[in-house]
Formats: sequence, C-alpha cells, structure tokens
Amino acid sequence: MFKTFTTRLALASLIAAGATSAQAADITGAGATFVYPVMSKWSADYSTATGNKINYQSIGSGGGIAQIKAGTVDFGSSDKPLESKELSEAGLGQFPSVIGGVVPVINIKGIEPGKIQFTGPLLAEIFLGKITKWNDPQIVAVNAGVALPDALITVVHRSDGSGTTFNWVNYLSKVSPEWKTKIGEGTSVQWPVGVGGKGNEGVAAYVKQIPGSIGYVELAYALQNKMTHAAVQNAAGKFVQPSRESFQAAAASADWKNSKDFFLIITNAPGEGSWPIAATNFILMYKQPKDAARSKNTLAFFKWALENGKAQAEALDFVPLPDELVKQIEAYWAAEIKA
Amino acid sequence: MSIDQALPDHALNARLGNVANRAESDRRADRTFRYLVTGAGLFVLLALTGAAVSMLWGGRLAFSTFGIDFLTTTDWDAVGKKFGALVPIYGTLVTALIAMIIAVPVSFGIALFLTEVAPPWLRTPVASAIELLAGIPSIIYGMWGLFVFVPVMSTTVIPFLTEYLGPLPIFGPLFQGPPLGIGMLTAGIVLAIMVIPFISSVMREVFLTVPTRLKESAYALGSTTWEVSWNVVLPYTRSAVIGGVFLGLGRALGETMAVTFVLGNAHHLTASLLMPGNSIAATIANEFSEADSDIYLSSLIALGFLLFIVTFIVLAIAKLMLMRLNRNEGNK
Repeated sequence: MFKTFTTRLALASLIAAGATSAQAADITGAGATFVYPVMSKWSADYSTATGNKINYQSIGSGGGIAQIKAGTVDFGSSDKPLESKELSEAGLGQFPSVIGGVVPVINIKGIEPGKIQFTGPLLAEIFLGKITKWNDPQIVAVNAGVALPDALITVVHRSDGSGTTFNWVNYLSKVSPEWKTKIGEGTSVQWPVGVGGKGNEGVAAYVKQIPGSIGYVELAYALQNKMTHAAVQNAAGKFVQPSRESFQAAAASADWKNSKDFFLIITNAPGEGSWPIAATNFILMYKQPKDAARSKNTLAFFKWALENGKAQAEALDFVPLPDELVKQIEAYWAAEIKA
Repeated sequence: MSIDQALPDHALNARLGNVANRAESDRRADRTFRYLVTGAGLFVLLALTGAAVSMLWGGRLAFSTFGIDFLTTTDWDAVGKKFGALVPIYGTLVTALIAMIIAVPVSFGIALFLTEVAPPWLRTPVASAIELLAGIPSIIYGMWGLFVFVPVMSTTVIPFLTEYLGPLPIFGPLFQGPPLGIGMLTAGIVLAIMVIPFISSVMREVFLTVPTRLKESAYALGSTTWEVSWNVVLPYTRSAVIGGVFLGLGRALGETMAVTFVLGNAHHLTASLLMPGNSIAATIANEFSEADSDIYLSSLIALGFLLFIVTFIVLAIAKLMLMRLNRNEGNK
C-alpha cells in the first residue's frame, strides 16, 4: 500500500516537474518560411538572454494557420493576414511581426541594379503576357536612355504557394483592373505565362540563368545575391528604389491606426518614399488560450523581439516595425489576449 | 545392417518417440512460418489498399466537384478554385517516356559492357560506381540539373535542336521554343540519369545468371558478341530485364525533387518538349504546404491518387506485354 502510494507520488511529482519545465522552456510556433531567418536569430538570442527556447517550424503560411487552428502550437505565422471574421470564428488574435518586401529582378546584359524602372501597370502587363519584348514602346517610355534589347521577356514566378507571391499579385491587382478580374490574388495563382521556380532560390536561379527574364524575390534575396533589381513607381507617382528605408517608409505611412486586428496589406502604400510592394508577416495567437502561461511566455518573447530584436532583423535585411506600431501592438495584447 | 537394428529396444523406442515429436514440432514450425509469410504478403496488400483508399477519400471533394473534367481540363486556378489534372498527368508521362527512351538503351549497353566486354579487373569498380550513383539523393540531381545542366541545355543543346529539328514536319513542333534550358526535355534527361543505375544494376545481375555453356555454344557456332547478347543473353533473361526496366519507370513516374528543379513548374499544355511543364509529384511537392482551401488540398490529394492509378496502369500494361511475349514464345 505504502509502496504504491510513494510510487504514485513520485510519478505525480515527475509529471508535474515535466509539465512545469516544458511550460517555462519551450514555446512552439509554425508558419511562414519568409520569417524563418529572423525567427531563428531572435529565438537564439532570446534563449541566450532568458534561457527560454522558441521552436519555430517554417512549414508555410497555410500550414501555420492550420496548426494554430488545430491548437498544436502556441503561435502561428502567416504572410497573408486573416480577416476579422475568420479570426473571431477561430478565437484568434493577430498582430504584425516584421516587414519585408518583394522586389522585381531582371536579367538583361549591361543593365546595372536599380537602373531600370517600371510602373505598376507595366509590371502587370508583362506578367499578363501582353508585353512580350524588352524594347516594347511602353517599357522604353519610362526608361529613357536605357539600352533595351530586342529580346523576348521570360516571366519567372514562384511555383510553390507563397506569401511572396501573395503580396506581389496583391500589388498587381491593386494597380491593374485586368489582373484583378482575370487572375486575382492568392498565395498561388494561375499564371498566364512564364516558368515557375521553387522558393526564392528557385526564382533567383532561373532569373540568373535565363537571359531576358524578369522575376520577383524578397529584398534580402535580391541584395544578398546581387541581382539586378528594378525601381518601381509608387502610389504617389515617384520612382523608388527597394531598400530598408523605402520599406520602412511604406510601413510607417500605412494606416495601422484604423485597421481592425491589424488587417492591412501594405502594398501600394501612400507616401513619397514608400516602396509599393512592401509586405508584413503576421502572428496568430488565441485570445482565450487554454494554457495562459504558455501564451504569456509567447507574448514575452514577441515583446522582447519587437523591442530588442531590431538590429538582428536589420542585419538580415528585414525591416523592424516602427516604434509607434509596436506600442499599438502592445496595447492590443493588453486589451485582447488573456494571458 | 542399419544403425537402428544395432540399438537396444528402449533406445529404439525413445528414438521413435523423438521422431513423432519431431514431426509434430515441424508441423507447428511450418504453420507458424506460413502465417508469418502470409502476414508479410497481406501487410503489403493492406498498406497498398490503405494508401489508395485514403487518397481517394482525401480527393473525394475534388472528384465529386469536377467529375471527369478533373482529368480532361488544363485549369489550375487556386483563386478561382478550378482544378484540372491534364497538365500534370501529361507532364508526368512525357518526362518518364523521355527518361526511358534514353535510359533503357544506355543501361543495356552498360550491363552488356560489364558482363561481356569489359576486362575482369574493370568490372567490379565500374559496377560499384554505378551502384553509388543510385544512392545519390534526388535533391542533388535537382541542384546539379539546375546549376550545371540547364546552362548547357540553354546555350548548346536547345539552340542546336531548334535549328535542326524544329523545321521538320511532324516532329518539328516538339523542338520549338525559346532556349530556356528548363522544360520537359531537360527533366526527362535528368530522370534518365537517375534511373540508369537502377535499370543497369538489375540487368547486370541477371545477365550474370546466363549459363556460360549457352554463351560458349553460341560463340562456338561462330556468333559475334552482339549476336550472343541479342539472341542468347537477352531472351534468357527477358522477364527479369523487363522487371528492371519497370522498376526504373516506377521511379521516373514518381520522382519529385529533381524534376521540380528543372521542369519549370508551369501549368501550360504545350507540344514542345523544350517548354516548361508540370508533373504530378512536382505539383504536389510545390503546392501542398500552402494549399489554403479545402478544394485545393483535395485536388492535390486527388492528384496523388491519379499518380497511383497512372503507375498501376503502366505496370499493368507491362505485365500484359510480358504475358503476350511469353505466349508467342510458346507458339514458336
């Protein structure tokens, strides 16, 4: 009798110890591949600073949404924001984590990075397959003085579903009514022309190898691989180069104040210096979590990341959120998430 | 005089008892053995049906929504939620066909070289090198294809093909298009390189089983090496050789990673082999993780089921061909 009692006691205390240590240590998240570099840098530094570990699995935005809805992770991450209705149905809250952006890259011999420029409608025409030659009068019109060859344009797009694609086609839909009705927007769409590369690296490799090609990759990818990126005309009519500054300008000029659950896609943002195809990654968490302690730990991590993780994000060519937005997010946590 | 007769009675009785026990335990062992191997056989069958049924179940939404159109349309529109599997099915079959057209003769040559022609000291090293090729992960073939082979195709091979084969009647349209380097032909060639080790290893193994006296008799009658290979070695090993070919074909049909890298992943149906296409496995690998609606996910699972069916049909045709061959053999 005594024996079984002690065994039980020992077992119970073991289980309790296991449970509390798991609570203190491991936070799990899953979702977008886009934020994986910055997530892993943040979690490594956070673990050195506090001893708490973050386990982030980059399974894609769709997977992240599915996992958080199934309740198997503490937070999900998506490049495509969920609308308030979907959020409230699932009992989820949503906030931005980091800004990135999408950049058109081209491969034409003799053209230096940043020396070619496009308007939004022009990009849409090219990706619709309606402009097929580089020396098309419409391209020449906005590129005075650039030697454009009489060569075929090969469009390169992502073959996998991706938040990068989502923001790219979201922008094309905003600037081209024809794109909006014929193709629409989503993490993968029915491309009228072109070849598909798997991941940013696939698109980058295809663009590098196919002369006369145009594709789109994340800024970090374009910069690190020294690809020929293009300037794009923004909503204010100015041609802007892709850079951390122009991305930050887009994030700052976006109207976060009036957004519900931060549902805002910051493509085609107003402001003279704004990059038109900036993108936000979003974090999804339960508003009424089953395990409040775990959610508390998760929020502590994001508080640390948003306030102290800016340098790490910039080192990886991501753009940290503006201070004002961070304050708004922290107010949202206090009001909405019961942790 | 046998040993039994020399034994005393009690020893003899003990022995007879042992024999009876022995027979009983043998029967038991035999029974257990039969159950075990039946279990192993059933296990494969169960796993196979399980996989097929669960894919059919997962794809039921796609099949019920699109019906037969799923097999005959080329739409693949995640936004408009319209899906058709014709492009991936076509791409899968075409790339596998190109792979087999290249891989089968080359593998045959390798196997013959190693068993009939090569000096003995060369046989083992070359054979092991080929088997090593089979162990290279497919992602490596994909990277190699993209970074090394695609530039060769786009700068050298494809311009040559479009110039000399493009203008031909009938076959011409197969070889027209811009020199992208990626496309169904490139994918087929990379696949061929991947399946050659499988096919040639099987062929080499079975060619070694041909009795030496058969070959020597043929040589004694004045046959050349080719005649011995074609008229003696190949007929003797035919069913095993075809088995090896279909092992390779199975791999070519289902190969995912390498194909994804060099196929171009575009949902367009084109006659030209130089243009990008898509395959069933590549589509699933590309799009599964971000499939964001039920019908999208269901369509991808339905594609998986179709790959199952396509492979099954191809293998069934192979079996039929083999049976017909054997029957013709009997009629001679």
